[in-house]
Amino acid sequence: MTDANSAGPAPLEPLDASTPYPVNPANDPRRSPDFGVIDGLAEEMDRDDSLEMFRRMALTRYFDLRVQKAQLDGDVDCFIYLAVGQEATPAAVSMSMRGSWVLGQHRCHSIYLSFDGGPMALADELLGLPTGCCGGLGGSPPINDIDKRIIGHNGLVGDQVPVAAGVALTSGGDKVVCFFGDGAAEEDYVLAAMGFAASRDLPLLFVCEDNDLSVLTPTVERRTWSLTNVAEGFGMPAVDITDDPWLVDHWTRKMSENLPALINVRTCRELWHVGAGCDNNAEWNRYELTKETLAGMQLAAEVEKIETETSKFVEDLWRERLQKRSEILPAGT
Amino acid sequence: MARTVAETIRDLTRGHIDDGGIVIGQCLTAVGWVQNTIPPQTKGIVELPMTDICGSGIAVGAAIMGKRPIFVMRFQSFLWLNASPLVNYAAKSKEMFGYPAPVFARAIASESDGSGPLHTNCFHSLFMHMPGMRVCAPMTPKEYEAIWADYVAGDDPFMVSEHRRSYKSEIEFEDQIEDGAEITLYAVSAGRFNVEDAAEALREQGIRCNIVHLVWLKPFEVDARVLAPLKASGRGIVIDSAYEIAGASQSIAYDLMLATGCPVKAVGQFDRSPGVAKHLENGTPTAERIVEAATSMIKDG
Repeated sequence: MTDANSAGPAPLEPLDASTPYPVNPANDPRRSPDFGVIDGLAEEMDRDDSLEMFRRMALTRYFDLRVQKAQLDGDVDCFIYLAVGQEATPAAVSMSMRGSWVLGQHRCHSIYLSFDGGPMALADELLGLPTGCCGGLGGSPPINDIDKRIIGHNGLVGDQVPVAAGVALTSGGDKVVCFFGDGAAEEDYVLAAMGFAASRDLPLLFVCEDNDLSVLTPTVERRTWSLTNVAEGFGMPAVDITDDPWLVDHWTRKMSENLPALINVRTCRELWHVGAGCDNNAEWNRYELTKETLAGMQLAAEVEKIETETSKFVEDLWRERLQKRSEILPAGT
Repeated sequence: MARTVAETIRDLTRGHIDDGGIVIGQCLTAVGWVQNTIPPQTKGIVELPMTDICGSGIAVGAAIMGKRPIFVMRFQSFLWLNASPLVNYAAKSKEMFGYPAPVFARAIASESDGSGPLHTNCFHSLFMHMPGMRVCAPMTPKEYEAIWADYVAGDDPFMVSEHRRSYKSEIEFEDQIEDGAEITLYAVSAGRFNVEDAAEALREQGIRCNIVHLVWLKPFEVDARVLAPLKASGRGIVIDSAYEIAGASQSIAYDLMLATGCPVKAVGQFDRSPGVAKHLENGTPTAERIVEAATSMIKDG
């Protein structure tokens, strides 16, 4: 662990001279629930803010678990990319970056909901309704709520990153947040967009949700370089951390003062890349760890209340939208 | 005073920048300012690094933000790399997300003069295949002004298939309709320059022909202007600078045949890579090739 006054973790160097990057994930201290954690951040945050951050995590978790059920029940039959396990990063980034332009891709329900996208429009989208956030055309990846500055995604891995660079180029100085995954980070056009943002000094925060998996292929099988090294090579600040939400919030605030910048967040995907299945290979459960931290702050009752309210909200929403769909779409549609 | 096509593009671009628009592309400020089609200034011009794919994505992002970028590709060879953000994002945006991404994509075709397999290129047909983009090939100053006005008035992304052969031209083409014509020649892109020579050669052989100039490839309007000459002549040929197979010429020929029942041939680039050596070139169908296709059709009845 490092303290709040340090320059942060030093992830950009090889573990030691004899251990070149990458290392086997099982032996990689970067893939850890404690990687880069700074003591005392949770206690420093205003309690209401901590609870609001958790509320956003809970909304994603309950929503996506409900989507999982809807697919298993046959109510949602489009491809689904669920953010279960990865709720913390968008929730934490959104705490200081709501109002910025936001772009994401697969596993983006978390981004959409954390940045105040309408839950009903997302449910409708997954149900193929014309009132969906993409009119029923997009399905799971193409989050879109332009009124909330959430820019749609077309489903192609990482192609929101160059678009984000174009948005940042012409945003008149307004900040832009672009989420992508560790797989997308390998797309040539993603790297080119990072280089362009650095060259043009764009107000763009890159957030890599690094679950170490491209579909199911681990990073170690795909590349020998680290994204933070690349970002630093382009001349932008970069940090590599675990997905502790207070830590992510801390670095988001810090990095957003000096954009462009990159935050690589080590996180765990609990469910399949696409679909409702589960391989039980998540290395840690950030949602439960966050609850434990909040309980340690004597906020267990508030956490329980948030979960109860969120669960009811999501259940009521899905019940009502499923009923709506049965009224306006023919059976079997 | 008459202007060339290049001067027209340059002046429209300057006005667009003055109105707050931007131009995005690679090597725009290099010697020649893209064949004199870019105003020699830095204001409003975004020089991209050599980042194809990413570059068109940046243009799409700027379009979403309302900057109406003119995205310049100095050779249509680069379309293969840059196509994805254009067809997968800009073209879908309005339908999928409810807001437009009106990129004005300028893609420049070229041929001959040693351009060979790398830069003998005319690939507008690719973009006709995907929904959401309007595709045109203006070859005259007034046509360019018209398609620009169309772009500004609407919110669709445009694929503008330019051709180097047009840049120094001041010509305004007009359809040529003759009584007793035996064939109608539909011309696209640089084919429009060659078809004039072909028609002259046919007339010298005593064969009357119509010429219909086509600017818009998608949407392609099957209207009285294009149908009446075909119905009167009974047969037609569509001539294009792009590849014939699965290309604009075959697509338009199909539409014309379906609408009239008259046979219509497609004549475009041969199905082989163009070479650098003169005898291996494969560009816009020559006047001789057009004449051969026409006389063969007429002979076959």
